[in-house]
Amino acid sequence: MDYFDIFVSILGSAIRLSIPLLFTALAGLFSERAGIFDIGLEGKMLASAFAAACVAYWTGNAWLGLLGGIGISIVFSLMHGFASITNRGNQIVSGVALNFVAAGLTIVLGQAWFRQGGRTGQVPPEGRFSSIILPGADMMRDVPIIGPLYANVISGNNILTYIAFLMVPISWWVLYRTRFGLRLRAVGENPGAVDTAGISVAWMRYRALIVAGFLCGFAGTYLSIAQSAAFINNMSAGKGYIALAALIFAKWKPVPVMLACLLFGFLDAFANFMQGKSLPLIGEVPVQIFQALPYILTCVLLAGFIGTARPPKAGGVPYTKER
Amino acid sequence: MSTVSVPLPAWINYGLIPLLNLILAFFFSGLVVWAIGESPFEALQLLLIGALGRGEGIGFTLFYTTSFIFTGLSVAVAIHAGLFNIGSEGQAYLGGLGAALVALAMDRYVPWYVTMPFAVIGAALFGAACAAIPAWLQAKRGSHIVITTIMFNFIVSSLMNYMLVRLLIVPGKMAPETRTFLPGGQLPKLDWLIAMFGGKLGAAPLNFSFLIALIMCFLVWVLIWRTKLGYEMRTLGISPTAASYAGIRYSKIVMITMLISGGLAGMMALNPVMGASARLQIEFVGGAGFVGIAVSLMGRNHPAGIILAALLFGILYQGGAELSFDMPSITRDMIVVIQGMVILFAGALEYMLRPVIVRAYQQFTGK
Repeated sequence: MDYFDIFVSILGSAIRLSIPLLFTALAGLFSERAGIFDIGLEGKMLASAFAAACVAYWTGNAWLGLLGGIGISIVFSLMHGFASITNRGNQIVSGVALNFVAAGLTIVLGQAWFRQGGRTGQVPPEGRFSSIILPGADMMRDVPIIGPLYANVISGNNILTYIAFLMVPISWWVLYRTRFGLRLRAVGENPGAVDTAGISVAWMRYRALIVAGFLCGFAGTYLSIAQSAAFINNMSAGKGYIALAALIFAKWKPVPVMLACLLFGFLDAFANFMQGKSLPLIGEVPVQIFQALPYILTCVLLAGFIGTARPPKAGGVPYTKER
Repeated sequence: MSTVSVPLPAWINYGLIPLLNLILAFFFSGLVVWAIGESPFEALQLLLIGALGRGEGIGFTLFYTTSFIFTGLSVAVAIHAGLFNIGSEGQAYLGGLGAALVALAMDRYVPWYVTMPFAVIGAALFGAACAAIPAWLQAKRGSHIVITTIMFNFIVSSLMNYMLVRLLIVPGKMAPETRTFLPGGQLPKLDWLIAMFGGKLGAAPLNFSFLIALIMCFLVWVLIWRTKLGYEMRTLGISPTAASYAGIRYSKIVMITMLISGGLAGMMALNPVMGASARLQIEFVGGAGFVGIAVSLMGRNHPAGIILAALLFGILYQGGAELSFDMPSITRDMIVVIQGMVILFAGALEYMLRPVIVRAYQQFTGK
């Protein structure tokens, strides 16, 4: 295998690993731009992965699975909203709580329903999102450079992958070119001004959280019935936090979010590839460095050494209407 | 009239409201048990018997309690200065490295009571070191401490993974852990404490660090309510602008608070590493750092409350383990659900019941 083939295979796996990050980070983008910190992304992803696997297992329909995943994720979002918008509770505490509830409930219910140590049953093939071979992929394979890239990186992914990349321009358009997006961003920067304009801050923030729940549902569904064929204990394994890091790394902007997720996905794929291999001159590089790199990069960015990351101004502050 | 500004007597604020929140959390957890098809009351009964029924059960309960007191104090100290330290988990993990290095270096030469003070300092130093960078980033660069402490949990996890798999592992062994400490690097079991009440400790790992935890509770109380530093911390927590007017230096207080918070989290490692398993194991913290958040919230950030809340979670952890033996359809992870519900109701939704209670109180007192 020459270097180019290796590169193509790492790139392909980088894309597959970055999809759940992309959905989740876009979800975080909506809630955080509306002024709601969303530590609970991890829990939402986990809960929706579980729900998608259960529904797909029972119905044998992947799209119903997706619907189930999205539904549960929105329910979790609404709980977050109820605590942090309606009751003005601490958003971080609420997010942490929901992560615990999701982590516990998925295992408890999974064990009660399937009795496989927290796994759900094996989802049948028609209940999964399988790879789509784009037209001409086999024909193109022999074309140098473009051929393998088209056949192995662009083609051969499942439908959710393409939806994920489609969500990036859509998110950008919604946030920057619609009235809803303008108000959403305003509510995260200066809720008082939005309130003065006669728009309900609470309802605006609830809608942002519903969008976040919707997007997070895709991420969980991708994990359990596109990337694998069942729900496994603690399947999200910290991906929600990496997505949060990617969101911050991208300075809360849609297109950079995509690039950050691809970068973190690439690091992950590269770490898998490097396992047990050694580099010329340097020798064997510990895999743990690649695992820690997304977090280290985010901290360095937050420290203001690579540009400045300016979070939405009203983030984390419950809005109290003046009387 | 808005109910937010109505003052309530202390017994309602610190007694009734937390109690009602706790009952709500247990009610919803009970619903989950009921949905699985088991009786919530029977489950509760099994849980309590498992945690408090025998000397060994009590020993295990107090063992868990010890860990939660440390992490609860860690979270509470930070909250008093208005900082949310989610990194207790990572700080405790790195603290384990400090304790283990001291134990590995000294256990051949000296008895445990000579090793112990150094181990306490080692664990606290490593825990504080782990909190130092997020603290500095918050104090000097304005980076949000919640995000940076989360990031550090993962960074520490990778680092410890590397240390244990590559450096500290016993050559020729598969398990990523250090060698077993000799008695000079172990903390003695507290069998006499259980024996005083006529029980038997058995295999329970309750050890000397329980007493260290209680001493730390007292010291934290002195620090927060009886020293100038504690006063400055609380001022900063209530109003950073007022603190700044009063000449309190923001970055200094943030640094000191987080170092203390990280140190307390680090000391948690004494309990499992030197008290129970007598070696440093991978992922030994097992979520105790996150339980600290729940404990601190339940205990209203006061050492006395933290002891009670830590005991509650100790009972849940030990009782939950026993419960999963007796009721195989309920896994041990039920306690994670309960924990989440407690954080949700006692933390995020702590004001949910307040308006109702204020109205009831006003009617009752006729004001």
